[in-house]
Order: sequence, then structure tokens, then C-alpha cells
Amino acid sequence: MLAISIEALIKIALLMGGLMTGAAYFVLLERWIAAWVQDRKGPNRVGVPLTKIKLFGLGQPLADGLKFIFKEEHTPRHVDKILFTLAPISILAAALAIYAVIPFGSVLPKDGIPGVSHQIELIVAPGIDVGMIYIFALSSIAVYGVILGGWASNSKYSLLGGLRSSAQLIAYELPMGLAIVGVVLMTGSLRLEDVIGMQAASGIWTAFSQPLGFVIFVVASFAEAARLPFDLPEAEQELVGGYHTEYAGMRLIVYLIAEFLHMITASFLIAILFLGGWHFWGITGSSTTEVTWFQAIARIVVLNIKIFGIIVFFMMIRWSWPRFRFDQLMSLAWKVMLPLGLVNLVAVACLVEYQPALESKLGAVGITASMWGIALVAWIAAGIFAPLHSDNTARKDSFVLEAESRNRGLRTTAPGQAT
Amino acid sequence: MKTDDPSVRWIDEPKLGLTGKMYLPAIIQGLAVTTKHLFGPKMTVSFPEQRPEIGNPLIYRGVHRLNKDEQGRVKCVACFLCATACPAHCIDIIAAPSPWPDRDKYCESFTIDELRCIFCGMCEEACPVDAVELTSMFDLTGRSREEMIFDKEKLLSVYDQTKDAEPMKSRVMGASP
Repeated sequence: MLAISIEALIKIALLMGGLMTGAAYFVLLERWIAAWVQDRKGPNRVGVPLTKIKLFGLGQPLADGLKFIFKEEHTPRHVDKILFTLAPISILAAALAIYAVIPFGSVLPKDGIPGVSHQIELIVAPGIDVGMIYIFALSSIAVYGVILGGWASNSKYSLLGGLRSSAQLIAYELPMGLAIVGVVLMTGSLRLEDVIGMQAASGIWTAFSQPLGFVIFVVASFAEAARLPFDLPEAEQELVGGYHTEYAGMRLIVYLIAEFLHMITASFLIAILFLGGWHFWGITGSSTTEVTWFQAIARIVVLNIKIFGIIVFFMMIRWSWPRFRFDQLMSLAWKVMLPLGLVNLVAVACLVEYQPALESKLGAVGITASMWGIALVAWIAAGIFAPLHSDNTARKDSFVLEAESRNRGLRTTAPGQAT
Repeated sequence: MKTDDPSVRWIDEPKLGLTGKMYLPAIIQGLAVTTKHLFGPKMTVSFPEQRPEIGNPLIYRGVHRLNKDEQGRVKCVACFLCATACPAHCIDIIAAPSPWPDRDKYCESFTIDELRCIFCGMCEEACPVDAVELTSMFDLTGRSREEMIFDKEKLLSVYDQTKDAEPMKSRVMGASP
């Protein structure tokens, strides 16, 4: 019992330390990529304190953290004091608690560690059968942190940010859920270890067998993590800072860390559910019971490289794409992503139901090809029939409206401006 | 002009083709642009180590200098035209009878408050003898307000510092010395 709790504590310490350092350094990476994409150099001055060693600016997160710690912990007079403090705590707690069921590697071999006679699974709480449901329950709790912060701030920008966030998270929960049901149907288990095990055993990552589900999940992850092009909850050009407008000091940094943790969680889930987790052909092997030390370490490295790549992709998308308008965001969720998710779900369900017959007729390659065909047809159909594209065209009848309002003595638009 | 004016031409947004409606090709296009810039050349100048290039020092408006003539005397004739032209009232001149036969007055003291100066270049425009000029020195720093009030000696020393890199504008422009 004691050994198990020590093992769990060590894993928690590793994970927490890794995540917090990771979140801090991803802020630096985000600033670097932002700078490089805009043809700037980015933060490259802060290095070892009190020396002239610059280290490409790797000391920046430390300096940022210190700055936040020494800032005044200001609570505006008009806020609800209890909820104002509770909101960032709840969002960070929920964001961290998710990592209980997310594997950060495969298993360690039996031999080699003194005093341990079993394989150590690199996951804080191994063998939880409701893993995925737990993740989605907790990621929905994140919306409480956001909306509580917005409400408790007692400010219109915060409230608008909170409301937008709740609407957005609830809308994108559905396509995300549908994409996950596809994976769960194929695996037959809600445990993330089993999802990776299935992909490793067959050698076909879910992204290849369910391309439509993969795209839907990636888009929904962007929306759930409130990253550009879906960062409406904190759209700084419209809402000052969104739900954390009134926050400063440590409570603000707790919010910011939680946001980065959401992005890291999303990358973990994309990597694990769709990109094979720790599996890579020819390097990591595929067995979860017999592992060498080389394989065990290679698996951790492969998983981390995948997550790093996805996060870089997140950051590149941020600088490639403008923000959606709110109605575009909603129509994308309800009119495009939800039907596409249903198509994917039905296709996967048929595949699972008639697997032996299909496999004998088409072969594994044929099944994958037909899934790609279905995805392509559904995507083109969505492009033609659903409002994927923007509808910014000026309406020609706007001057009729304006003439009417002028007759009534009202002016709804500025002169010369088309509505 | 009203929106229903017949001279207003209504232009429709071009209709999106199939690839435009598909979104993904556009995303890949956008990512290609960002990736190109990610590895492209950077515009940033790492300032203290690396000096920015000033396009044309002749038209740059940096720190002032007081020019000297061939005999090393200050060119200023204390006509007060620069002080009159100055919109920020940062030039203070005390005139005295000239010890030299070629002019009536010269400036006993010539002070420019660089903190009040807005670097508009009006003094340079106004000067009839091309005595006050703006150089291309831009990194003007000091630790106190007093330090930033440049007197005649300091302005003449700015001339000594910059005369090789930036010859007197009147000479370059072809005017009489």
C-alpha cells in the first residue's frame, strides 16, 4: 500500500513539475513563434540572472513568473470576493486533475528499479475504466471557472467573455464527443492506455482510419482550448481581456497557466486518441507487456515529440488565421461539425458492426480507403451545402432599410456605411 | 453621398470556388505563408550591439549641432531666427558684440533644451548662415534634466564628433559656405 502511494506521489510530482515548467516554457515558445512569424527575433535577452549570459532568452519564463509574484494582488471593490478567488482555483484544479488518467508514456520494465517487482505504468491512476468520461467531465468543469470569473468580476467585458466561453464550450463539446465516440467504438474501451494499445497493435493510427473524426476533433480541441481562431472568450480587440479583465497578479497567472494546460491537454488527447500515442513504427515496438528499457524511453520521447509538434501547430495556426465571428463560430459547430461528426460516427459504427465481412471483401487497405472516401465526400458536401465560407457580402437592400429608418426619423447606420 | 446614389457602384465579394469553400486548402495556404516567414530573414535590429542604418543622414532629425567655419569660430550670428521659429521654445541665445570684423554679433551663449525640443527641424530651416543643424545621432540619453540642456560648448562638441561622418549640409547641397 505504502509502495503504491509512494509510486503515485512520484508520478504526480513528475507530472506536475513537467506540466508547470512546460506551461511556462510554452509561453516563451509562443512568444518566439509569434515573433518569428512576424519577422522579429522575439525574447532573446534574459538568461542567467546577474550575469551577461543570455542563453537565447531561456530565463524569460523565470522573470515573467517573478514579475507576476511581486505584482500587487489587487481585488477591485465591486467584485464578489469569494467567487473571484474561487474561479481561478477551480479552473486550475480541473485542468490539473485531468492528468490523473492521461498516460505520459507506456510502461517501465520490471527489472532495473530496485524494490519494484511489477511494471510501472506511466499514468497517475492506471486502469480507470471511465477514463475518457472523466476527462470530458473535468474539461466541462473548466467552463465553470471561466463563467464564475466573468460573473464575479461584475464587469461587462468579463461577463461577455464568460458568456461567450460557455456557449462556445458547450457547442463544441458535441462534435468533440462524436469524434471520440468513433474512437471508443473502434477500441471498445474508455481507457486511454487501451486506445494507444489498439493503435500500436494494428499499426494504423486512428487518424488514418478515421480522417473525418480526426479533423473534427482537432477543430473542436482548438475551440475547447479557446485558441485562435476560436479565442472569442478573450478576444482582446473587443473585450479588453475577456473573462480575466479584472484579474491581476497571481490569480491572473493561474488563469493563464490553466489556459496553457488546456492546450497541452488538447495536444495530449490529439496525440493519444488519433496519432498513436507513444507508438511509432519500427522504434517503439507494440507490446504493452514486454518492453525493454530502450523501448520504454523511446516511447516517452516519441509521445513528447508528438505533443510538441501539435503545440507548434496550434501556435502556427494562431498566426495564420483570423478570428471567427461569433455567428460563424456557432454555425460551424452546429451546421458543419455536428453533421460531419454524425457521418463519421455512422461510418465507424457500420465498420465495427460488419468488420469481418468487410475485411474479407475489401481488405484492411480497402477499409481505410473507403473511410477516406466517405470523409472526402462528406467534407465536399458540407462545403457546398453548409455555410463553411463567410457571408460578409454587403446586402444591397441595406439602403432601403436606411431610407425607411430615415423616414421614421431614426438613423440606424452611419452615413455612407452599408449594414 | 447617400447609399442609394446612382453613382455608387455596388461591388460583390467574389464568389468562393469549391476549394475556397472546403477551407482546408486555404488553411494549408495560410500555414505555408506563416512557415515561410518563420524561417525567413528577420527585421529586428539588436540595438546596443547593432546600429540601425539611417537611410539619409542629411534629412535625419537627431541631436543638434552648432557648426564652425574654416577658422574654427562658431558660425552663429545671433540673429534669433531659430529661437523665433522654434515651436517648443527650447532655444535660448545670449548675443554679444562680435570680436571678429566679419559680423556684428555672435552668440555668447547658445542653449538648447533637448528635453523640450520636438525635433521638428524648424531651427535648421530658419538659420540664414547654416549654423544650427540636426545630425543623425538619435540615442540621446542623460541621467538628469540639467544634463540634457545642451550649452554652446556641448553643441560645438557634437559638431566635432559628427563633422567627418556628416559634412555640413550647406556644403553638400552646394550652397555658399
